[in-house]
Amino acid sequence: MNEPEIDLRGPPNYRDRAFAKLTAGAAGLVLLILGLIAITITRRSLPVFHEMGLGFFTTKRWSPPDSLFGALPFIWGTVFTATIALVIAVPISLGVALFMTQVAPPRLAKPLVYLMDLLAGIPSVVFGLWGVLVLSQHFDLGRSFLTAGIILAIMIIPIITSLSREVIDTTPPGDKEGALAMGTTRWEMITETVLPHSAGGLVGAVMLGLGRAMGETIAAALVIGSALGQMTLRPLAPGNSMPAVIANEWGEAQDLHKSALIALAVTLFAMTIVVNLIATGIVQRSMKRGQGT
Amino acid sequence: MIKTSLFTGALALLGSVTPAVAFGAGVTLNGSGSTLSKPYQEVAIDQFRKAHKDIKINYGGGGSGKGRQDLADAVVDFAGSDSPFKEADLAKAKGGSILYFPILLSPISVSYNVAGVDKLQLSAPVIAKIFQREITKWSDKAIAAENPGVKLPDTAIVVAHRADGSGTTQNFTEYLNGAAKGVWKLKSGSTVEWPSDTQAGQGNSGVAQIVKSTQGAIGYVDLSDAKASGLKYANIKNRAGKYIEPTPAGASAAGDGVEVKDNLVFSALDAKGDKAYPITAQTWVIVYTKQTDKAKGEALKAYLTFLVKDGQGLLTDIDYAPLSKGLQDKALKQVDKLTLP
Repeated sequence: MNEPEIDLRGPPNYRDRAFAKLTAGAAGLVLLILGLIAITITRRSLPVFHEMGLGFFTTKRWSPPDSLFGALPFIWGTVFTATIALVIAVPISLGVALFMTQVAPPRLAKPLVYLMDLLAGIPSVVFGLWGVLVLSQHFDLGRSFLTAGIILAIMIIPIITSLSREVIDTTPPGDKEGALAMGTTRWEMITETVLPHSAGGLVGAVMLGLGRAMGETIAAALVIGSALGQMTLRPLAPGNSMPAVIANEWGEAQDLHKSALIALAVTLFAMTIVVNLIATGIVQRSMKRGQGT
Repeated sequence: MIKTSLFTGALALLGSVTPAVAFGAGVTLNGSGSTLSKPYQEVAIDQFRKAHKDIKINYGGGGSGKGRQDLADAVVDFAGSDSPFKEADLAKAKGGSILYFPILLSPISVSYNVAGVDKLQLSAPVIAKIFQREITKWSDKAIAAENPGVKLPDTAIVVAHRADGSGTTQNFTEYLNGAAKGVWKLKSGSTVEWPSDTQAGQGNSGVAQIVKSTQGAIGYVDLSDAKASGLKYANIKNRAGKYIEPTPAGASAAGDGVEVKDNLVFSALDAKGDKAYPITAQTWVIVYTKQTDKAKGEALKAYLTFLVKDGQGLLTDIDYAPLSKGLQDKALKQVDKLTLP
């Protein structure tokens, strides 16, 4: 690493400087917006914490006429539906990713990639309406945690698949060829070289999917059932999640009720940021390892 | 309906929605709020525009609470609302004092789906017990007592209510709070603490859909949506002890019996009168007394006059009830109170 430093950028030029400032400004703006969002919503959620204290997180009842706001069942609903979504989506996504990278001929893999991207671009309200019409009515699942979980699973499969595919693609061809040369089957090659190599990245991909599942609003609001106070493990019970409550109740909410809904948003904001930070960390670490540095 | 209400809800999270911008010459009036009165606003705007081609009117819906908030922030020219401002919120309104214009009355039906039962009579205490899950079978003695001669099956009752915060819920629970005093425990509001073994639907149409597709279901749905979904609805016992069918005529009769304050605020719920349908909601258009734009103020006066006078004839066709003559006269007189620069 002792190469002489050669500045390939040439002499500084006003356009370069302007460009550098502009891009730095854009990057700074994103941070500024994120910070401002955090500050505003936290400030506007304060009245409910003033009233409820930390009981906001541990109370099971949600009764606007009584000015009683407990987020626990909604936090539970968010975690429960996201878990159902992961249980369904992770095996399917990994299967598709492995098929695209290890099994399918390139002729077939390419269209599959396009298809997955297409699925990722469908607006969530379309998934939600499909869920109402097909899952809850035609298949008689009703509006429940399970219905919401299935819709969320369909929505996060494209993300988890495409990230997993990229992670799996970083497996050095030498490793794979070596394994095959030693007489392993394709299955052994995948379990012995590909999966251990990409484990960290795959966990990261799953967690990014989890972040999206937790924050999904419209689709969840349409199919989750909007039942209050549900803290059950029964997947067919109607329930509620934080984003669904916000979308449903915001229009007519006033005063403390409004503040309570904003507090739900703060809670969700914090939870998704933590999940995304963990995910990004894991992905970056494993990417570095994958590139052999 | 499902899509728009959720969509505006989601947008509202990002900040208040900017009303549509008009192109070309002429005046544009923007309004938002009550979804209950939206069907009337739509047909009224259509008719009004035939005579006033230079005035463009947008009505955005979004719910009564949003309408009042938008007017308080002065981002709309008028608000539609099923309930009046609270004093504390009114103090924060940017444009000063306001005027209420009642525009219609709407019966809220108690719709049900029970095979073999085509006629049902209910009183407020029984409705209260059904909706808070103290009566859970259609064959319950309390229901049978009000329906002599009707063969009620042993079917379990499924309660359907609104998932979204709603003026309809507000009016329905306010009715039970008053008419079933001592029985009703969930109080009143745009969202109340429904028992967890009940079902929720988005908008009036969502509740109607649950009732239609579920055997044994009961739910509160505004009359026009109940009719559009082909639901059966109960006759409700009024103050005079008579069981009244939800109809525009029943709602108008409720309007005759109300006590109207000087500012035209009133409640048509549980009204006096033999023929009054007791679960009758009302809705207002709210504007600032002091208009700051001459052209807009004139357009607003013309539209308000149309809403409370000529437009009233459009209401029965869409299953709403027109204002009583007395109320209409008061509203018309009040149009002159708007001041222009």
